[in-house]
Amino acid sequence: MTEQSSSTSEIPLIVEMRGIVKRFPGVLANDHVDFKLLHGEIHGLLGENGAGKSTLMNVLAGLYRQEVGTIFVNGVPKVFSSPRDAIKAGIGMVHQHFMLVPSQTVTENILLGLDEPRFFLRLPEYDSKIAELGERFGLKVDPRAKIWQLSVGEQQRVEILKMLYRGVDVLIMDEPTAVLAPQEIEGLFVTLRAMIAQGKSVIFISHKLQEVSAIADRVSVLRRGVCTASGVASKGVSRQELARLMVGREVVFSIDKKPSNPQGVVLEVDDIYAENDKGLPALRGVSLNVRAGEIVGVAGVAGNGQSEISQVIAGMRQCKQGQVLLNGDKVSNRTTLFGIQHGMAYVPEDRTHVGSAPNLSITDNVIMKNYRKSPISKNGLLDMKAATRLANELKTAYDIIVPSVSTPVRLLSGGNLQRVILAREISGLPAFMVAVQPTRGLDVGAIEGVQRLLLAQREAGAAVLLISEELEELLSLSDRIYVIYEGKIMGEVKVGGENADEMLVDVIGQMMTGTPLEQIQKEGAVA
Amino acid sequence: MADSTSIKQRMPFRIRVEPRLSEPPVWYPALVSFGALIVALVLGGILITFAGGDAIRSYQHIAKASFGDIGVLSDTIVKATPIILVALACSVAFRMKLWNIGAEGQFIMGAFGASAIVLAPVLPAETPRWIFIPVMMLAGMAAGAIWGFIPGYLKAKFNVNEIISTLMLNYVAVAWVNFWIFGVWTEGGFQMSRKFPEGASLPRLLEYAKSIPALRGLTTHLGLVIGIVAAVILWFIIFRSRWGYEIRLIGDNPRAAQYAGINIAQNTIWVMMLSGALAGLGGMSEIAGVVHRLQTAPIAAGYGFTGIIVAWLAKLNPIVIIFVSILFGALILAGREIQPSGVPKMIQGIILVCLIASDFLLRYRIIISRGEE
Repeated sequence: MTEQSSSTSEIPLIVEMRGIVKRFPGVLANDHVDFKLLHGEIHGLLGENGAGKSTLMNVLAGLYRQEVGTIFVNGVPKVFSSPRDAIKAGIGMVHQHFMLVPSQTVTENILLGLDEPRFFLRLPEYDSKIAELGERFGLKVDPRAKIWQLSVGEQQRVEILKMLYRGVDVLIMDEPTAVLAPQEIEGLFVTLRAMIAQGKSVIFISHKLQEVSAIADRVSVLRRGVCTASGVASKGVSRQELARLMVGREVVFSIDKKPSNPQGVVLEVDDIYAENDKGLPALRGVSLNVRAGEIVGVAGVAGNGQSEISQVIAGMRQCKQGQVLLNGDKVSNRTTLFGIQHGMAYVPEDRTHVGSAPNLSITDNVIMKNYRKSPISKNGLLDMKAATRLANELKTAYDIIVPSVSTPVRLLSGGNLQRVILAREISGLPAFMVAVQPTRGLDVGAIEGVQRLLLAQREAGAAVLLISEELEELLSLSDRIYVIYEGKIMGEVKVGGENADEMLVDVIGQMMTGTPLEQIQKEGAVA
Repeated sequence: MADSTSIKQRMPFRIRVEPRLSEPPVWYPALVSFGALIVALVLGGILITFAGGDAIRSYQHIAKASFGDIGVLSDTIVKATPIILVALACSVAFRMKLWNIGAEGQFIMGAFGASAIVLAPVLPAETPRWIFIPVMMLAGMAAGAIWGFIPGYLKAKFNVNEIISTLMLNYVAVAWVNFWIFGVWTEGGFQMSRKFPEGASLPRLLEYAKSIPALRGLTTHLGLVIGIVAAVILWFIIFRSRWGYEIRLIGDNPRAAQYAGINIAQNTIWVMMLSGALAGLGGMSEIAGVVHRLQTAPIAAGYGFTGIIVAWLAKLNPIVIIFVSILFGALILAGREIQPSGVPKMIQGIILVCLIASDFLLRYRIIISRGEE
């Protein structure tokens, strides 16, 4: 166990992971993965969802224990049995889901779990210490602010400060940009570069190619638990090449779609106001429409009212003012059943808590919308044979990979579960479908499948409202895009035609951070 | 590195617990439950031994006292009958995650409703049995359903916690029945009503002893058949009907049910009424099959609470409830034989804990591997 790191290069390796194996039930998450981090670099760790990136880094951060393999820090083998051990060795991780106490201040959150201060908190003293530390790394945040008052970007800064305060040299960032607006991402990149300048090293986990090639010095790629590229200089490798390393085949970056041929308006959202679960205003005068045969996107940073729009449309949330019309019938502030019976399909954001019943079988889950009708229902009884037949048909048609339709859906992977939900919603031949984040958390293959299903709906003449945080997905699927910010529509742009994608991204990015379209146009950016 | 590894390496193997990602085979749950039962009996045996008893002989005695011959088997079944109906009542409410702790009160109200037919009197004493029994069944179910409706309505309209309301209504039910047997239907000042006429009692096996002598002395009554039929019907409702599908969907994920357009408030009321009706039917069966008069002491014997345990042990499956109820009937009967309280209650408790703990094995796998670092 006293074997020394056999680095031949001049630059010392700050972290080396050798032959890491980590297994989860049914999955080999890391299969003999090697990983080397140089001193003072930003190292991009690329991979699809489920490729094992987070697992590998959780091993490094002491959250998981590898079954085989060794971790060297500055050439010395280390065993971490908790994140505390890893932090002691100078390695800290900022997780995708923040671990902060909303009712406490920034300083209190940062001090939480430390040995100092012992009994008296002496907060003002620490407030200034933390402000100073933030200054040094360009992490602006008020130490006395309560966490709940902060934006997501600011909360992320608190998480980073937490690690810096603990004196880590290696910072692992797990999908840090997933929650940020384009402008905030730029700010994060500035911070990361400032950290490098002061001698820290950063591991940047992402599945977004363009970000990794923008920020990282070197890149490692994981695919299905195996390392397919280790420490490649990001300058010398193209995005296409990285993509191939990630998924093992050429990725089609834009899906071919036929020109749209929109018909009459199917869904009309007219000036709706609604509150969120906390009783705060979430929608403030949203109006939009969707015509038959088109996909209309809603873009925005998470939490700007997207969930509430879909819920109001689907009849699962009351609106205070305004109305939603589906083919001329008012569906808002009516029962969910009314919408279902008038041809509304809804692919909810939360697959496990809203879209499915986890302990019931696939059969039970696919009849959720049509169990009231023949052939499933006969005189108040369920025809289980007909239900099973339907489930088996959908299983084949939608490629749901599972031994039997009597399997409870909690045992399905994300992609399979989403296919079950889509199969159910589409098989009802809806006139209108609202899909919220339909590809979130799915791997590339599954994403493509889901996107093709949405396009097929459009071709079949249905009206589709696609709410997503993936700008690229919206641009490749939608015919028009509305941008929402703090419960208001900032503007509407047409996709394709004379508008180039780069320009659209820029305009949408500005709208996503609160600049209305008219103002952008006034400043003369786009027609 | 040195100190933390050396501690770890002292363990020759490692035990890991992992969630199951696929369904275990069909026979596995039965095997696990059986294993849990054995473990419970062994643990109980150890405790009996510590208490200075002879475990083997105690178990033999329990077995003999509840299944030993046809007479005691019949008594076991008589004890099991109300438990079946009450457990069915609990199971349907629990299926929808409605924590109806009030089966006891609904059971008592069912007994009251059925008795009112005889005592009010709604039907004259000489009414033939084939009219009397169905009318009493309906009255018992209706009274129980009303007792279920109250907390159901409060839950649906005002989100009143049904655990509290059903629990409290138990006391109201006892007080209500006491009022009638003390004040109105008292027989010569005793806290009981007069005896029911022949037509108002459920037929018992011993009535047929004239033609089949083997049935002499057997008190098993028609309530058993009512219980079994109710279980089969309930199974059909839950697993084969639209309504049952809605109940299962709400129980598993209320938000998904709302998403599927199901009216949860309405179902809350209906399910609480069905639950109350089943418990009420249990009360009717007990009053017309065993007690033959309205009296609080023998009917408010905690069947409502035993039903909760039985429903859980049967994993809310109506058919399994029949068998678990018979096991509990046996334990209650045997309890009277060896000790008024104590050991049989303790064994019940241990069995319950072991079975609930064994559920863990259905959800997780335990993997033992040679240690390697």
